[in-house]
Amino acid sequence: MATVKSKAKPKPKAKAAAVRRPKSPSAKVAAATKSKSAPAVASKRAMSKPSKNVLVPRGAPRTDDAPWSVLRADGTALPGRDPKLAPELMLRMYRAMTLIRALDGRMLILQRQGRIGFWGPTRGQEGATIASCAAFEDRDWILPALREGGCALYRGFSLTELVAQTIGNALDRVKGRQMPCHYSFKEGNYVAMSSVIGTQIPHAVGVALGAKTRGDDVVAAGYMGDGATSSSDFHVAMNFGAVSKAPVVFICQNNQWAISVPIEKQTVSSTIAVKAVAYGMEGVRVDGNDVLAVYSATKRAVDKARAGGGPTFLELLTFRVLGHSSSDDPTRYRDESCVKEWEAKDPIVRFRRYLESRKLWNQALEDELDGQHQAAISQAIKAAEAAPAVPTATIVDDVYATVPAHLKEQLRRTLDDLGG
Amino acid sequence: MTTMTLLQAVNSGLKDIMQDDDRVVVFGEDVGINGGVFRATEGLTKQYGEERCFDTPLAESGIIGVAIGMALYGMRPVPEIQFADFIFPAFDQIVSEAAKMRYRSGGEFTCPMVIRTPYGGGIRGGHYHSQSPEAYFCHTPGLKVVVPSTPYDAKGLLISSIRDEDPVLFLEPKRIYRSTKQDVPEGVYEVPLGKARIARAGKDVTIVTFGAMVSICEKAAEDAAAKGMDVEIVDLRTLLPLDEEAILTSVAKTGRLVVVQEAPRFCSFGGEISAIVAEKAIEYLQAPILRVAGFDTPFPYSLEHVYMPDAKRVLAAVERAVNF
Repeated sequence: MATVKSKAKPKPKAKAAAVRRPKSPSAKVAAATKSKSAPAVASKRAMSKPSKNVLVPRGAPRTDDAPWSVLRADGTALPGRDPKLAPELMLRMYRAMTLIRALDGRMLILQRQGRIGFWGPTRGQEGATIASCAAFEDRDWILPALREGGCALYRGFSLTELVAQTIGNALDRVKGRQMPCHYSFKEGNYVAMSSVIGTQIPHAVGVALGAKTRGDDVVAAGYMGDGATSSSDFHVAMNFGAVSKAPVVFICQNNQWAISVPIEKQTVSSTIAVKAVAYGMEGVRVDGNDVLAVYSATKRAVDKARAGGGPTFLELLTFRVLGHSSSDDPTRYRDESCVKEWEAKDPIVRFRRYLESRKLWNQALEDELDGQHQAAISQAIKAAEAAPAVPTATIVDDVYATVPAHLKEQLRRTLDDLGG
Repeated sequence: MTTMTLLQAVNSGLKDIMQDDDRVVVFGEDVGINGGVFRATEGLTKQYGEERCFDTPLAESGIIGVAIGMALYGMRPVPEIQFADFIFPAFDQIVSEAAKMRYRSGGEFTCPMVIRTPYGGGIRGGHYHSQSPEAYFCHTPGLKVVVPSTPYDAKGLLISSIRDEDPVLFLEPKRIYRSTKQDVPEGVYEVPLGKARIARAGKDVTIVTFGAMVSICEKAAEDAAAKGMDVEIVDLRTLLPLDEEAILTSVAKTGRLVVVQEAPRFCSFGGEISAIVAEKAIEYLQAPILRVAGFDTPFPYSLEHVYMPDAKRVLAAVERAVNF
């Protein structure tokens, strides 16, 4: 794991790393920064006393390393890195990952059939999505971006409600008000997102500060894609979060594409994780297709935030295997041969090999699980499609806590004009 | 009762509501130890500690974005934008996020918060310390927009806004922050949102206005009275949701309408008032609806006195309406 420590009491090792890598100017800056000019954000105590059940990556602050990983391609763990997670936890993550992959396949078909209007697939990012959210407690809050719907499912959002949201009918919690994949799940502390890029990142800081002010043991997850790291709200959130020492974890799913724009055009920074240094925050680059690495790194960041150590920035390096959405055609702007390379790093296959090596999984269980997923999705689609349309009068609900006079009048007049 | 300026009434309102409701937190640029550049938050950090009133990094979208997160979590944030002219970096957070949260989540998540900001001209502030941006925000379903014009209303409306379940933009007319004093009750009290006030009763012409323009219109009404014209002034207090009934009742009585605002004329809030009256009360009108407004220019520094509506320009409009 490329660990970028904010509290830059430059150790000789750190200096050596920076000098050895002259193409990373930020690392040099980090190494050269005197501790008094760097905000004391990352609690040394929290960083040096991590969760007991998670292995902690160590090493000098290096910013353009290969990302931290645990699993080799064949599913075996690198020496000394296996966090040895509880089997139930790992199987729960595996079930969730395979469910959202199955869901992608079915929902893209529904979209092509015209039964839903849009779908934003997660394919290739199931490990980053599920293993990161699994490292939080249910009481923690999730401020998601587009590809974190799996986090809601992981927390118990029903498949039927998820499908209903993509249809936008009376079973949809958001009452048909948003495009597909814009879920809301209050009991899961999963906040309804907007389509505007990056706006949710400062919200995560605010949720975290609210919890801190009230003395609640709650951490907030601020998710984003690589494109969002170019937004102004990324900057203000990183800075506010670090200055206020908010219990928040910033999680960037770097899938390397913002619709048609590759990461090289998004930033010329050696990594995204290195950006954390300038905010006085720890930045960690993780193999996002490695479930155990994502879980370990996230758990460590969550534990640190919970212990009062302030925010951490995680860059989960992954890849968007499909288009941005059902409306996108990636052959217009990228050589699809790169997909093959990343399919070889598939997070589900890699994790399955690990589970098999631990004797926790086999082909019979796999076949059974796939059948369960398909049946559950079929049932959810059937139940969701059976729901009635959103009642017309709800157009004026939830604009305010109570419907004001001018909205009542607009509704009445429109219904009159339309003949009831 | 204590005699207070509008600014002191805001400060008193914040102090009392923070005592009353421990969910209320105040933050923004320079609001902590410095008490705000106008001193509206003076003493809050001392009285309630840095957890309840604190300085933020200098980024308006961050101030509002963080406030939204706190509101989602169940706090009652009262962020300050130092001047309304600086609110635009936070426009996206206010318009796309705070205003739409309840609707887009089907009512699952809400953003009860009050964005306080001094607005308006007449203080030699040039482009960036003088503007009246209400129209941008009144075009946004999901927001409430409140503008007090007296110390009593400032405190009561502020408390009502903080207790409201929806996000409120609270525009404070900084030109009259210290210009008049009024008896203001101690402790919390409410002035209801969405209810206009008849600042002056009259039978010949209705003036609809708000904020710092109310006192300008009162002066014009005095001058008009000396010329035998009886002016009624409707002080809107809340722009969104608008008290249409108060406006229509007054126009039905007088048959003439002058709308007065500081903001540029084109596509302005005054235009909306004009349209509502034209649609719903044209049978009562004895003269064209007239607007007195700022110029459709950036806010000027040296020619501020030309830009800003004053009692003379308001009086001229009243005379045109009466003599039509």
